[in-house]
Amino acid sequence: MLRIMNYASPESLDEAYALLTKNKKNMILGGMIWLKMEDIQIPTAIDLSKLGLDQIEEDDAEFKIGAMVTLRQLETHQAFNEATCYVFRDAVKDIVGVQLRNLATVGGSIYSRFSFSDVICSLLCLECDVQTHKHGRISLEEFVSLPYEKDIVEYIYVKKTNLLSAFVSVRRSATDLSVLNASCTKYADHYRFCFGARPAIAKVYNCDLDHIDLDVYCADNMRGSKEYRKKLVEGLTQKLLRKVESYVG
Amino acid sequence: MLVKIKVNGKLIQDDVQPQTLLLDWLRDRGCYSVKRGCDTANCGLCTVLRDGTPILSCSTLTVRCDGREITTLEGLQKEAGEFGMFMAKQGAEQCGFCSPGFIMNVLAMEKELVNPSDDEIRAYLAGNLCRCSGYMSQMRAIKAYLSRGENHE
Amino acid sequence: MNSVGKGVIKKDAMALVTGQPVYCDDLAPKDCLIIKLLRSPHAYAKIRSIDTSIAKRIPGIEAVYTYEDVPTSRFTLAGQSYPEPSPYDRRILENVVRYVGDEVAIVAGTNEDCVDRALKAIKVDYEVLEPLLNFEKSIDNAIVVHEEDDYKCLCEIGNDVKRNIVSSGESVVGDVDAVLKDCEVVLERDYHTKANAQAMMETMRSYCYIDTYGRLNCVSSTQIPFHVRRILSNALEIPKSKINVVKPRIGGGFGAKQTACCEIFTAFVTWKLKKPSKIVYTREETFAASNSRHEMKMHVRIGATKDGTIEAIDLYTLSNQGAYGEHGPTTIGLAGHKSLPLYNHVKASRFTYDVVYTNTMRAGAYRGYGATQGQFAVESIINELADELNMDPCEIRFKNMTRENEVLSQYYNEELNACALDRCLEKAMEMIDYKNKPLRRDMGDFVRGLGVSLSMQGSGISGLDVGSVEIKLQDDGFYTLSIGATDMGTGCDTILAQMVAECMDCDVDQVVTSSLDTDHAPYDTGSYASSTTYVTGMAVVKACEKLRNSILEAAAGFFDVDKEDIEFDGKKIYTLDHTHEMSLADFADTCFNGGIAKALIASDSHMSPTSPPPFMVGIAEVDVDKLTGEIKVHDYVSVVDCGTVINPNLARVQAEGGIVQGIGMALSEDITYSNEGKMRNRNFLQYKLPTRVDVPSVRVEFESSYEDNGPFGAKSIGEVVINTPTSAIASAIKHATGVQVRTLPITAEKVLLGKEDE
Repeated sequence: MLRIMNYASPESLDEAYALLTKNKKNMILGGMIWLKMEDIQIPTAIDLSKLGLDQIEEDDAEFKIGAMVTLRQLETHQAFNEATCYVFRDAVKDIVGVQLRNLATVGGSIYSRFSFSDVICSLLCLECDVQTHKHGRISLEEFVSLPYEKDIVEYIYVKKTNLLSAFVSVRRSATDLSVLNASCTKYADHYRFCFGARPAIAKVYNCDLDHIDLDVYCADNMRGSKEYRKKLVEGLTQKLLRKVESYVG
Repeated sequence: MLVKIKVNGKLIQDDVQPQTLLLDWLRDRGCYSVKRGCDTANCGLCTVLRDGTPILSCSTLTVRCDGREITTLEGLQKEAGEFGMFMAKQGAEQCGFCSPGFIMNVLAMEKELVNPSDDEIRAYLAGNLCRCSGYMSQMRAIKAYLSRGENHE
Repeated sequence: MNSVGKGVIKKDAMALVTGQPVYCDDLAPKDCLIIKLLRSPHAYAKIRSIDTSIAKRIPGIEAVYTYEDVPTSRFTLAGQSYPEPSPYDRRILENVVRYVGDEVAIVAGTNEDCVDRALKAIKVDYEVLEPLLNFEKSIDNAIVVHEEDDYKCLCEIGNDVKRNIVSSGESVVGDVDAVLKDCEVVLERDYHTKANAQAMMETMRSYCYIDTYGRLNCVSSTQIPFHVRRILSNALEIPKSKINVVKPRIGGGFGAKQTACCEIFTAFVTWKLKKPSKIVYTREETFAASNSRHEMKMHVRIGATKDGTIEAIDLYTLSNQGAYGEHGPTTIGLAGHKSLPLYNHVKASRFTYDVVYTNTMRAGAYRGYGATQGQFAVESIINELADELNMDPCEIRFKNMTRENEVLSQYYNEELNACALDRCLEKAMEMIDYKNKPLRRDMGDFVRGLGVSLSMQGSGISGLDVGSVEIKLQDDGFYTLSIGATDMGTGCDTILAQMVAECMDCDVDQVVTSSLDTDHAPYDTGSYASSTTYVTGMAVVKACEKLRNSILEAAAGFFDVDKEDIEFDGKKIYTLDHTHEMSLADFADTCFNGGIAKALIASDSHMSPTSPPPFMVGIAEVDVDKLTGEIKVHDYVSVVDCGTVINPNLARVQAEGGIVQGIGMALSEDITYSNEGKMRNRNFLQYKLPTRVDVPSVRVEFESSYEDNGPFGAKSIGEVVINTPTSAIASAIKHATGVQVRTLPITAEKVLLGKEDE
């Protein structure tokens, strides 16, 4: 059972960060989907709701997405989806249901770095940066490789590139976690592939347009064997290419 | 922690523990329509509206609803009865245990989606499990409900 | 008919859809003690000692009980008629734990928080034993799951507990080996079904309190209130007269609640402390510490001529009982007796079986009850035989299927009064346009296959189970129908009222159904084994006949004429020459005032000498993705023969719901264990029920037949509906891909990698 001794809703990010680092067991609350299943005691749970991080802003170059924006907000944001070939919507549409996606936050999904994350796999093929309190603005690819540490994900930036992207996944039933998820963006001279739920977390694989040779590390877990995932890498690669090559707005 | 939450139109002031989940708090306030079907945020039985948006009350801290408005099926008796009659005409409610959360989400869907296709309906309601009905009768009820009045105009 | 055959709205519908507090936990008193159970982390262990001293000192804790505190009688939790076939192999708590999740201690306290703390404060010293986890190695294993010397069987079930055998036996017709030896074609295959979870939306729960008379009242989400009364009496060692069991609305059961998993704990606490108490199982407890379907491995041999005449079937079934014997000796019977009779023309057939203990969660009852498993094997090998012979799977069935008026040699030699199986198959073929579709179609990115399956079940347990009802005529001329059957969402309260309305020529609204408690309801074995419509329905018909008769007799007295000269049309009672007339309401009032109110009460019970099978055909149209192996049921059609359909709406939803559970069993629902014996699929995150996105189209039609022994010609429907998807889908996938998967669930991985037997 989850126990929370104190609940704090700070007025600034600095205050939030100070609270977070005050006790090593203090935690930031995201959408709480996973957290509430834990059997832990949190001295102070920190809610970022009062910091205005629930907005999606847009300028000519990029989207700025607050960490508290819900998955549902982002999947129904028309301009964002049109600019990114709907990869985000395609990635999250199978995450349980709208009630859950109305709670789960983009920042929470990014910070948690779950190995099965469809959110990370979809954003990783885009030109996506993460702004954290400690590291400032770094690429999502770099953030994913960092160890867990006391930090606050504040914003996610997604560049407008006019490139074509796609997301596909395989699940054992409609709202299950992915057996394997995959995304791809086609650049002028190469493809940027990402494979996640291998079962390890999504990773970037770049390759030439005319020579697709992917050596994706896979392993066994409850949802699929290494052998099956290896086959899926081939299958999903073909599906991604078809989607990217045939994409019509 | 002291909170003020509007539940079904009525302002409630309460001193709640930080870890109290909205689901348990609502049931303690007599909103028995709100049910718990799982521990993993998968079933949708506990769906309520927060400021009109469907959420899982099993995964929501009560303190995070301070200053906000919560609606349960107790606050939507007329709408529940109206849609519920379409369910009953199909026998779709069966054991009824998932019905409140399901109906909450159907009513939210009605507000959010315009002329949804069958696939859009299924996608919106994917997070509402039902073990009795096999979903077909629920779909018949939804479609009849959404097209109600069409024949009379 | 005015009421039977109509899609009457369920009597409880509006209460349910408006969210009224009608379920167990909605009704529990606020001051109930909260009970939680400490469960074993080991699959097999002896408890050397338990230290509860710290737990007991936590503020709010009222009691902590261990095996030292509870009665020592053994009993079974299976809800079955006495004497139960399930062995008496458990206590409330014991110093031996036999699976991960087995109960070690009961904690009762004033709130959840203190109970959680207390659970963590109990110190248990276990002598951890090597567990027996592989049920194929159970018989004669060095590890014996039940070593106690007070183990007891009430019935002859072929038990040999020292060899880990719960039950064994055989049923032989003709000389199978001899016939098989001469068959032109013989196939031999192994099939494997898993320990599926019933997964009703309301988890196990009950609460207890002591009433004015010092009696124990147990309110439980159960299918079997009368059996719960006996189980509590056995467990607590108190007379049944001290116990009343109350059933509120139930949030689904599907057989799970035919085992009294949690009632013994609330009953024990309340009986000891004389305080109300409640227990609500978490979803995880309901998965990993209640009961499931029996996992079975089936070895089948089938012999036929080259033109597809089936001559012999030999079925051996091994059933994994888990740690305790509930429903073991009975479920196994259906694996053979409800699969082999589908092909009654064979020259010889044999069904042999063993049910074995292991250190896994105990199995119990789940819709289909063994028939589901047996039919997956038999229907799959029929499909494989058809493929082997290059014969159409429907054609081989028309050639060999059982027909009306046959005597079923593997079904206790019952004569088949009513069987529309052939018409069901014809209609299902029409529905899916079978004749114009090949079994395999290349659709570009995916391949589409067709697969077929037949099914049968029973209607109640013949010669044993009983349904009783009491009908009263009340003021104003309405009726109250008291039943002991338990509506678990299926609508039996309404269906039985429809029958009363039909018999008494009145509106269904004029009939109030009440299923109260074991003190007030007439004895009924409960709602299981597809019995309520068929068995309790017949009790309704008989009681109504009596009531009609006594109304006429009393009226004859009032009018001073012969009974034969009186007519009752449901609204009024009158003499045939119209000299006397009385409205039903006036008649009732007169009876009350005149002291002959007994004329207004009729009761009867029914036990059926036969268990007429309902039949069903399912045809699956399944898409398999060429690149990923992903499987999608594109369309599923089925036709059911449940005799006369009493309520088409409710029957249809039964069928649709059962089919989708069957689709789940076929494709996504899996139970696996870790090497240490811990169940891995213990929540909805890891155990995947079909969502509405997974099953876009399920279509159901009916072909009626008339069962002479059933009310208005009805048979059952509740269980037969789950059986067809597994083998139909497996065959559709075989036709699409060439891969015949014989171990459920059929995953995309098994199909893509061609893992047929893993």
